[in-house]
Order: sequence, then structure tokens, then C-alpha cells
Amino acid sequence: MTIESRDKLSAAPPTEAAAGPPFAPLPRNPGTALELDWVQGARVNLSAVERRTATLTTRRSVKKAWQAAWLLKAITLIDLTTLAGDDTPGRVRRLCAKALSPVRADLLDELGVADLGITTAAVCVYHEMVPTAVAALRGSGLPVAAVSTGFPAGLSPFETRLDEIKRSVAAGATEIDIVISRRHVLLQDWQALYDEVRLFRAACGDAHLKAILATGELGTLRNVYRASLVAMMAGADFVKTSTGKESVNATLPVSLAMVRAIRDYAERTGFAVGFKPAGGLRTAKDALAWLVLMKEELGRRWLEPDLLRFGASSLLADIERQLEHHVTGRYSAGYRHPLA
Amino acid sequence: MSVREIFETMEYGPAPEADDVARAWLERHGHRFGHYIGGRFVEPTTGERFATQHPGDGSELAQVAQGDAADVDAAVQAARAALPGWRKLGPHGRARYLYALARHMQKHARLLAVLEALDNGKPIRETRDLDVPLAARHFYHHAGWAQLLEQEFPGYEGVGVCGQIIPWNFPLLMLAWKVAPALAAGNTVVLKPAEFTPLTALLFAELATEVGLPAGVLNVVTGDGSTGAALVAHEGLDKVAFTGSTEVGRLIRRETAGRGLELSLELGGKSPFIVFDDADLDGAVEGVVDAIWFNQGQVCCAGSRLLVQESVAQRFEAKLRARMEKLREGPPLDKSIDIGAIVAPVQLERIQRLVEQGKAEGYACYQPSWAVPKEGWYYPPTLFTDVSPASTIAQEEIFGPVIVSMTFRTPAEAVELANDSRYGLAASVWTENVNLALDVAPKLKVGVVWVNSTNVFDAAAGFGGYRESGFGREGGREGMYEYLRPAFEADLPAYGEGELAPPAGAAELDAGVEAAAAPSGLPAIDRTPKLFIGGKQKRPDGNYVYPVVGAGGERVGEAPLGNRKDVRDAVEAAEKNAAWSKATAHGRAQVLYYLAENLALRAPEFEERLRALTGADRKAAGREVETAVGRLFTYAAYADKYDGSVHPTPMRNVTLAMNEPWEVMAVVCPDEAPLLAFVSLVAPALAMGNRVVAVPSARWPLAATDLYQVLETSDLPAGAVNIVTGVRDELAEVLAKHDAVQAMWYFGSAEGSAMVERESVGNLKATWVNAGKRRDWYDPAQAEGREFLRHATRVKNVWVPYGE
Repeated sequence: MTIESRDKLSAAPPTEAAAGPPFAPLPRNPGTALELDWVQGARVNLSAVERRTATLTTRRSVKKAWQAAWLLKAITLIDLTTLAGDDTPGRVRRLCAKALSPVRADLLDELGVADLGITTAAVCVYHEMVPTAVAALRGSGLPVAAVSTGFPAGLSPFETRLDEIKRSVAAGATEIDIVISRRHVLLQDWQALYDEVRLFRAACGDAHLKAILATGELGTLRNVYRASLVAMMAGADFVKTSTGKESVNATLPVSLAMVRAIRDYAERTGFAVGFKPAGGLRTAKDALAWLVLMKEELGRRWLEPDLLRFGASSLLADIERQLEHHVTGRYSAGYRHPLA
Repeated sequence: MSVREIFETMEYGPAPEADDVARAWLERHGHRFGHYIGGRFVEPTTGERFATQHPGDGSELAQVAQGDAADVDAAVQAARAALPGWRKLGPHGRARYLYALARHMQKHARLLAVLEALDNGKPIRETRDLDVPLAARHFYHHAGWAQLLEQEFPGYEGVGVCGQIIPWNFPLLMLAWKVAPALAAGNTVVLKPAEFTPLTALLFAELATEVGLPAGVLNVVTGDGSTGAALVAHEGLDKVAFTGSTEVGRLIRRETAGRGLELSLELGGKSPFIVFDDADLDGAVEGVVDAIWFNQGQVCCAGSRLLVQESVAQRFEAKLRARMEKLREGPPLDKSIDIGAIVAPVQLERIQRLVEQGKAEGYACYQPSWAVPKEGWYYPPTLFTDVSPASTIAQEEIFGPVIVSMTFRTPAEAVELANDSRYGLAASVWTENVNLALDVAPKLKVGVVWVNSTNVFDAAAGFGGYRESGFGREGGREGMYEYLRPAFEADLPAYGEGELAPPAGAAELDAGVEAAAAPSGLPAIDRTPKLFIGGKQKRPDGNYVYPVVGAGGERVGEAPLGNRKDVRDAVEAAEKNAAWSKATAHGRAQVLYYLAENLALRAPEFEERLRALTGADRKAAGREVETAVGRLFTYAAYADKYDGSVHPTPMRNVTLAMNEPWEVMAVVCPDEAPLLAFVSLVAPALAMGNRVVAVPSARWPLAATDLYQVLETSDLPAGAVNIVTGVRDELAEVLAKHDAVQAMWYFGSAEGSAMVERESVGNLKATWVNAGKRRDWYDPAQAEGREFLRHATRVKNVWVPYGE
């Protein structure tokens, strides 16, 4: 695959000639052979990455109607998530209801988008909560994602982890967020990582696989980049930063490294892989920063739910308040918006 | 556009920064400004004004005073009058004012940023995040130097009244770079902002009034090039500092020659941006964005020559082209643009012309598919690939958003290509291999090296160039010296009548024979000194000698009469024999000790010679030899102790300030103390690793020619010292004009000093002249130490960010 293949993936130039959706569905990433030269040749310079991410958000500013639109877009990218030990069916049903109507109807009216059917991208839960979520979302078309493979540490027996995927798929989950074995990265055992993700992918069948790298535990951005490449080679549909349980979750520098790996992969293979930052996005401002990152580094196409998800639980509440501010001109309060 | 449409297109939309406060400020001044002289705004004497415009749309912002010689004179007089009071105020008092200026700049940061973007056309993001914060930081940093002046620079004092001329590309930041160190060192200032961008300097003047800066300490005279010329020509200045084109820098060098002025020049560049095959290519692509599309490429240190290792060149250029598509160019006050407007139509035309020339010369030119705004003065980002070093676009400074690319095969070739330039301002080096980075950095003939980064600046680190990019540094300790001079200098006496051998042409030297008294008994074996070039004794090209006459009028011997070809050969020998510059500091120390040892061994012989030449008594001659031996010891000692430093710049990196030799230096000695002055001038140059071409005492050269055997027996590599005897100012002129000589010291007459400064413009070599003043070579305060070492080196700042 040559460099030119990038052109069909890249978004509109800055003149922003309208190239709006609907976008044609993309072929699923089938993966490639493990190309070790490519993996080991990867270089990531931390200072350069930090400089880029520090200026990404100062180079782009999204205001007024544009900001409202971008925040609505952000909502459609959210994997609305609950991953707590005290999750119950009641809690999950409430979450699903919020996923289906994430913004107060009067606000959507004011924004003129009531008929766009804005929902979050998915609901993300543990396996035990999958049937509840599937039932709650039935008929809506909203997918249920299950975290899997011994989430969050990924250290349960391998067979168990494979089985967990199969059970969640059987229960109706159409997206599986797997965790990788961090030791394979730390030991630079790329073959083991590749084999692991390959088998997970096979277990997923038609369900989409999001590979959680747990970047906060990988030590260096070079490791993050290389692990991203290997996961994609093994057939990941998405690479995802974090479980939300590491001490450091999604950051812009880590995201930049992963996004560049996605670009690299797309350039060389022609397949577009999605990106899911998780665990670090709490504010509307965060959401805008990540949208800018995606638009700048990957292009307009990567601003749709088939290629970008935000793993978040509290992000939505802040976006709702910002949208109300946009509509009323007054700063909003949290209690004015329905709970998840 | 509706929310719904934007939801589909996901465009950025406009994000204008409000300019109401800046417009109100202009309104308050009636869109009409005078000069700022003696603490208040005054009408220009001619009443003439000109418009300054907003490059974003070409609209007029204000009418600004056109300064003439009378305005300049009033400003210089105000600065002169303010000088005693400002000096008397003392370090702490001056520090308080500088601190207040820094605080005030921060308080009015947004107004300054908006006004700068309006006047210059650069993006508000840059003025807001870079220009203004860096300028304020410069005043904070120099408030510190002001406070510490006496402790950190003992024996130094401010030079006096400074004339400063700044360019339009960073109007406020360049003001800070000039004004802050000048004031911190206890000087007063007349500043001439650029014709296109005078507004922030005028606002700054208003801030100075607001903090109560004493009247006359800072004066701002606006105008075009003729105003700058009038300032440079003013006899009342003690120092001229200029940032701008190499062309104008040359004019200023010539204009100020012989006036006893301190001069610093920060000039043009064609800086290399080197990408090795093991670099983070995506990071390096962003580096190129910061290198050449920062400030529309109107940056003296812009990385405008892209050198990419051939093995990754295709990939890198593809990435770069893709990145160019993503750049946004538009109104300077839009917060979502990367590239603003070009400062003026004349600059835009220059860029267009050079790009057309590049195309005409057949080089592949790439520009993104999007179009620049039609209103205003815009030029798109431009990439030329497969450019040859010989092309115009690879040689000329374009000063616009245009980068030219070429490839290299090996690190050695990268260095060779990088150094293939008249300029030497900065370089950027991208590799993940620290061995490679730290090997390449010292080999680049530039004043600043950024490893895995580019265009980063800080007040604590010196900035300035090698070669025709000028001399002098701005920022850090090295920058402070540009505004200070040794306190003893003011009291140095001028040479008396007859103290320096009068310059004479070969015809007047009586190169012929002179009947000598018939010797009794056997004649002494004839000793005819030659020149010392490339480690060998060489007969002079012209095959003439000139008589050396002792203080008593008797003929002591003959010395070879060197000419321009001998100078040429000597410089070539110094250039070719790099061994001395590559030796370790310890190794150089060993050789200098050895020289001292061998000189001491021959002390009686040198004493005899000095007595015969200078008429000194035994004691005085003994003292000269002994002091010379001691001086060699001093510089042997210093060889490994004149440390560079690590500047604490406010980011995660080490900024290494390395004292590097000029490599090929010329040293012209005075007549008096023919051994000691020679040693005092040559030894520090050697200690720092320079190869020297020395012209010894023209009158009594034999003290130096006697040194040949000492030099030959002390393990000094060939070419480290080359000695040409003859007529001082004739040889000095050839050296001053020689483009391979990077620095030149001249200790002789006032006229000779003027000549050396004037003739140095060819390659803008750094000169250090005595202006016809006589130093006491026996006084260590005047004749040895760090002052000499500082002049024997140039500071290179290497920025090495780290982190894994």
C-alpha cells in the first residue's frame, strides 16, 4: 500500500469545501501480518509531541454556533459508561435512557436539531450488565459495548478471557473493549501481543473490537505507538487509551501518539482504524480539544462514531450545561439537566 | 451557518479576537503619533508623517512621525542628559524600573498582543502566546541582571547612550531584546522601531511613562530607513545595536567604523533544518511548521533549508505536503489560523519574485490546494523539493513562508551542506540518537542549535549568529556584555607621538643594504628570520627584508617584509590545519605550559634581544620575559577553565552555552612590549582553540621571530600560529578583508582601528580594536583574563529537550 492511499481517507482541506456526511461505511480492518521492522522502526519524541499538543488547542478555537455544533457532535461520539462494582440493572437502565436522550428536548429545539435524533454512540458496561442494557436499548439501534478479557488488569486465565468475549457477544454486545496484556509491551514481546489480540478478534466474530492499551502503564510514548500498531495489525477496529482505572488515563500526548499510529497504519494499509480516548475527558473543553486533535491529525472523516468514541461518564453533563449557555446566554447549573 | 449545517461539515468557523481596546487606544491618540523624546510625545520637527497599515486588509491604522536628523539629535541629547541620573540610580533602582516594566507589559498583555497583530499581520495566537510573554520575560530576566550588575560584572560599566534599530518581524520582542539589557546595564536608549511596525513601541513608551521611568532614559524615534541612518550617523552614541538585514548591517558596520562605538549586529540567515533517518518524522514535520510557517516565515532564524536524509526523504516530503494542506491562513486576529499576512506589499513582492525565480530555475514547487484570502497581503506556504545548493532560492534569504528541500546521505554530508552558507544564525537537528545530535551540534557553524525543536527562545539564553549573520548575543550573561565595557577603558591613554612606528610603504623602508662597520675577527653567523607559516619558516613572497632599528637608532637586524600573498598563505595554513582546534582543552594547556617552559629556558637570550630592540635595561627586559612566561601560564591554566554554562531556560531541556573558538583569527600587535604584547594577544586566542595569524610588533618584530624555535619545540601543531612580519596596517588591511578570517584583534593606531572595522564588512568578521588607546601590558586587569577569552570565543547555545 502506498502513501497515495491516504488521499482517499483524508478530509477536506482548510477551505472546508463541504464534504458532509453521510459517509460511506468503511471496510473493517482485517489486520495484517505482524511487521516487526515497521513496529520497531517507530520513533516518538516526547518533547515534540508535547509541543504539538500544547499548541493544538491554542491554534484552533471553536466559538458560538460552531462550538454548539461541535459539542453536539461530541455527544454522538460518547460511549456512555458505567463500570462500577455497585452497578445494578436500575442504574444501567437509567444510563441507557440518558444515552437515548442525552440533551433536553427544548435545547435541541432551540438549536434546530431536534430531528437529528441525537444520541450517544453507545453504552458501555461490564458483562453482567449487558442483557439489561441490550433490553433497555432494544429497537434504538444503539450498540452495547462490553468491557472484557479480565478488565481492567487483563490477568485472568487466557481461556477465561476468550470465553468472556464470546459470552458478551452471545448476550448481545456488538462492541467488545478488550484489555491487552501490558507485560507483552513492557517486555517488547510483540508476537505475543499480536497473537493475543488476533485471538480476541476471532472470538469477537462480527462484534467490533476496541483494544484498550492502558497507556498509563506502558511507560513511554514509543511503547504506546508500537502497541497501537501491533493491535491494528492484529485486527483491532479501535485502539483505546485506557480503562479509566489507571492512575493516568487519556492525555493529549498519548492520544497524539496513537492517532499518528492510526494515520501511519491507514497510509500503509488503506484501512481506517478508530480511536477511543477514555478516562481523561471530563469537560466540554476537553471534548473540543480531542475533536481538534482528530480533525488536524486525521481529518474530518475521523469525527464520526465509526472512527471516534469518547469513553466518558461525566463529560455529557458538562456539555449539556455549555449547550444551555449557548441557547440562553446564561451560565447553566447541573441540576437543570436530567441525570444519567 | 446553522448549528445543523456545522454539525455536518464540522468546520472551525471564525474565531475573531476583539480589537476594540486597541482601536480605542489608537482613537485616543487621534490615530496620530509623535516621537517619544525626553519622556513625552513630541511633534516631528518636519511635521511629516506616514501611515502604518494593517497587513490583514491594508487599512490604515495610524499616522506616525517621520524622524529626521533633528529629531534624532533631540532624542540622543535627551538620552545623554538622562544618563548621569540613570547611572546614579544604582543597580537596585534600575532593577525596580525594569521589574515594573515587565509587570506593566503583563498587565497590558492583551492590548499589546492585539496591537502587534494589527500592526504586523502576524496571528494573534503568536503575539498572545509568544511575542508578548517572551518580551515580558525578557524584562523580568534583565531586572535581575540590573540588580546583580555589580556582583556579576565587577569592573564593568554601561557603555553610555545606545542607538538601537529593530526590525518589523518581532516589533515588541526585538524592543525587549534591545531595551532590557541596555537599561539593565545602566545605559540610556534611543530606539528606532521599524517603519512598518512602530505601534507597540509607542505603546511601550506610554507604559514607560506610566511606571515613571525617568525622562530620557528611553526615547523612541519613528521613521523609515533614513531615520535609522540619521541615528547611526549621530556622533553622540556610544553603542549601536541593530537587528535586520545583512545588507543594512554592512552599511552600519562601515558607517560606525573608527568611531569608538560598540556594535552588535543580528542579521539574516538561511538556517538549515536537518532531519536524520532516525528522527520522529511526525515530530519533525511539526518542527518544519514551527520553523518556516511561524510568523509567515519572516524570521531571521527560520529553518528555511530543509535537509533530509535521502532514505526517508520521500516519506518525509509526503508527510509535509499533507501537513501543508491542513494549515489555515487568514485574518491575523482570527484565533484559528496558523499563518497571517505578510507585513507589507514590498515584502510580498520579494517573496513572489524569489518563488518565481525558483520555478524558472526549474525546481518543483508545491503549494496547498486552498487559496489565500484576496484582501490583504497573503502568501501561501511553499515547498521546493530537490533543490540544488547552487540555486538562488537555496542561497538567498527569502524571509517568507518558503522552504527549500534537499537530501543528504551521511551525517558528514549533512554538516557540509548545512555549513555551505554565508549565514550562520541557527540550525535545527532532528534525531532520536543523542550521540548523533551532540556530534553534529558543535560542527554546525551557527550561533543556536535546536535539537528536536526549533524557534525556541528565552531571555536566559544568548541568541546571535556566526559568519554573516552578525556578531554579539542577545539574552543571558553573554548578551549583557554587549552593553558593558571595562571601566578602565575610559582612562586608557592614546599612543603618544612616535610610540607607534609610522605606517610606511615598502619603498620607504629602505629594504636595501647599509654599509656596516667592518667586523673584527670572524663575522657572526648571519641569522635572517623568515616568516612562520604552517609550522615552517618561509621566505617572504616578495623576497624583501626591512631593517629593524633599535631604540637607540642603530640597526639591530632585518625582518622579512611580508605582503598580501604571505597573509594569504598564512590564513590558508591556519584554515587547513584544524588539529589545534580539535585538540582537547587539557592538551592545549599542556602545549601552552610547554611554551612557557621553553621560553623560560631561553630567557637570557630574549632579554638580550629586548634590550637591543627596545633599549630596556636588564631589569626591565627581564621583567618583560618573566611576565610573558607568567602570561603563558595564565592561559595554559585558563585553557580548560573558561567553562560554558547551562542556562536555566524555563522548559524541560538543557540549554548548553558553549564557548567555541572562532577557529581562524587574526591578531595584530602593537609596537611596545614586543614580546609581552605578542604573548598577551596570541596566548588567549590559542588557549581557546583558535588558529592564529599574527602580525607582531612592526617596529621590533625580532622578539616574535625569535619565538619560532620555541614554537617549533613545544609540540604546537603546524598552522596553530602563523607569523607574518611587515608593515602593520598593510598586513592588517589584507587580514581585515580576508573572508576566511572569522575574528580580528587590532592593537595599533586609531586610524588602523578604523580601517580594520571598515574593511571587515566583507564577511562581517567580529573585530576587537583598541581605537588607538594604549593598554598597560604589565597590568593584569588590562592585559589578561576573561575579557580576552570572551573576545577569543563565540557563544553557541545548544537546546536539548529531553524526556522519554
